[in-house]
Amino acid sequence: MKPEVFIRAENLTKKFRDLVAVDNINFQVFKGECFGFLGPNGAGKTTTMKMIHCVLPLTAGRLTVAGMDVAKQGREIKKMIGVAPQEDNLDPDFTVFHNLMVYACYFDIPKPEAQKRADELLRFVQLEEKKNVLIDQLSSGMKRRLILARALINEPQILILDEPTTGLDPQARHLIWDKVRSLQKQGVTIVLTTHYMEEAAQLCDRIVIMDSGKIVEEGAPGDLIKKHVGEEVLEVAYDEEVLKFLKSAFPDARLEVVGDRIQVFTNQPRGVFAEVLSKFSFKAAMIRDANLEDVFLKLTGRRLRE
Amino acid sequence: MKNKVTSYFKLPQLTYRVWRVWRRDQDVFMKTYRVNFIPPLVEPLFYLVGLGFGLGAFVQPQEGLPYIAFIAPALVATSMMYSSFFECTYGSFVRMYYQKTFDAIIATPLSLEEVIAGELLWGATKSLINSTIVLAVITLFGLVSSPLFLLIPAFSFLVGLLFSAIAMCFTAITPNIDSFNYPSFLFITPMFILSGTFFSITVLPIEVQVFSNVFFPLTHAVTLTRALTVGILSPTLLLDLAWFLVTTPFFFVLSINLMKKRLIK
Repeated sequence: MKPEVFIRAENLTKKFRDLVAVDNINFQVFKGECFGFLGPNGAGKTTTMKMIHCVLPLTAGRLTVAGMDVAKQGREIKKMIGVAPQEDNLDPDFTVFHNLMVYACYFDIPKPEAQKRADELLRFVQLEEKKNVLIDQLSSGMKRRLILARALINEPQILILDEPTTGLDPQARHLIWDKVRSLQKQGVTIVLTTHYMEEAAQLCDRIVIMDSGKIVEEGAPGDLIKKHVGEEVLEVAYDEEVLKFLKSAFPDARLEVVGDRIQVFTNQPRGVFAEVLSKFSFKAAMIRDANLEDVFLKLTGRRLRE
Repeated sequence: MKNKVTSYFKLPQLTYRVWRVWRRDQDVFMKTYRVNFIPPLVEPLFYLVGLGFGLGAFVQPQEGLPYIAFIAPALVATSMMYSSFFECTYGSFVRMYYQKTFDAIIATPLSLEEVIAGELLWGATKSLINSTIVLAVITLFGLVSSPLFLLIPAFSFLVGLLFSAIAMCFTAITPNIDSFNYPSFLFITPMFILSGTFFSITVLPIEVQVFSNVFFPLTHAVTLTRALTVGILSPTLLLDLAWFLVTTPFFFVLSINLMKKRLIK
């Protein structure tokens, strides 16, 4: 069965005065999948999110959600989307529970139903005990969970998570990941942005990597790793002689010097590095699995972004 | 060029959802209602005692009224101005910029136009609440002499809506919260003094009188409130009312478009 396209962008472009934030991109998100946008700061991820949930108008191109045009049917689309934004925009004047109730009101959810959902959601994100607490008494992890709960109050078919775990400790991060996985199991389509490669590898069925407003690569995380950086990476301490040797030993490999280390990437199957290491010894040598971060850095470079 | 000007006056598409925003602001207000009721209760007392009885002992009647009876309706009118203007400058700015409340709301089926309209209606409601309390205070002082005063709450909503809309225009263009000092001290404070509040503006140079009548909404609010308090009506009051009926829709629509330009790039 062919998967149903739920979100479709065609030549999507967004300009802010002179800045091209999103530059003529195309992508499709299938119903029920978890789709990730990766990219350095300023790549255009959040701008794309905001166009999907209809708060930023497009400059050019076409964007449809569940077959509806974002430019014309914003209100209908917003009814079926839940948004967990990057920044904390919880209402500090209200308690945890009241935050959910006020939000439910914006979706025209009747009060008894809203109360029921709010209680369920607080249980889901493990905040029942904080029900009557004001927002400023919550830790940042609790706030993120409450924002997630708030995004679910309208029982959305699409959940947008803009950097859902930035700044959280590992416990809080794993809790959020668990919740996202269970939502996906329930059939919710998830679109997230992140610059944590591990997060993308853990959660996403497919990802796109964005840089300077463009999509530079697209695919399943595992496929992208294999395609761009192979299966294993050899890292050794930097040394002129060693570098020369490695170049001759792996003529078709890509060598990169990062700080005081040499990284060797190759398309050859698992085991080639172990063979070399069994014959020669290098200082501080290690073989590790190639990961999405290697892909990311290969495609977007090491230059720092503002 | 023509398009540019009309883009500031596009009619907003509003639905009943406007009241959701109004309701949110009202919920916040009711959480701290005890504190919120203090200023409109206490402030007029100081003015009535200090200016009315104190200064009034030295001042001749103004426009045929004892001094305290002259300033009492002006206190009602100024409370309309202050409560709505500050609600939609500092109050709205904090919600927009610091709390990101507007961002949170527009991710739901509400539009930004509806959010701003809800804010304006809430500002108008603040005017109604505060001025009605002040009205009750001056009534207790025996300074209300006409049953027409019952029209003042309805009128205060209109006045409040205008001041909210003017305030929202400043909120839409202000670079930061400190810059509200400009409209506060260059617009609100002069109005507080020069709108026939504490003395009849007929003693001022004709240029100032004209300026006050053309540019100061408070002048018209004071004139109308005073007339309804003491029950002395004249046909020129219709001009004062017309002034509000023309400017309020103008600034209402303008403020919503300015906010859209600020927030939706």
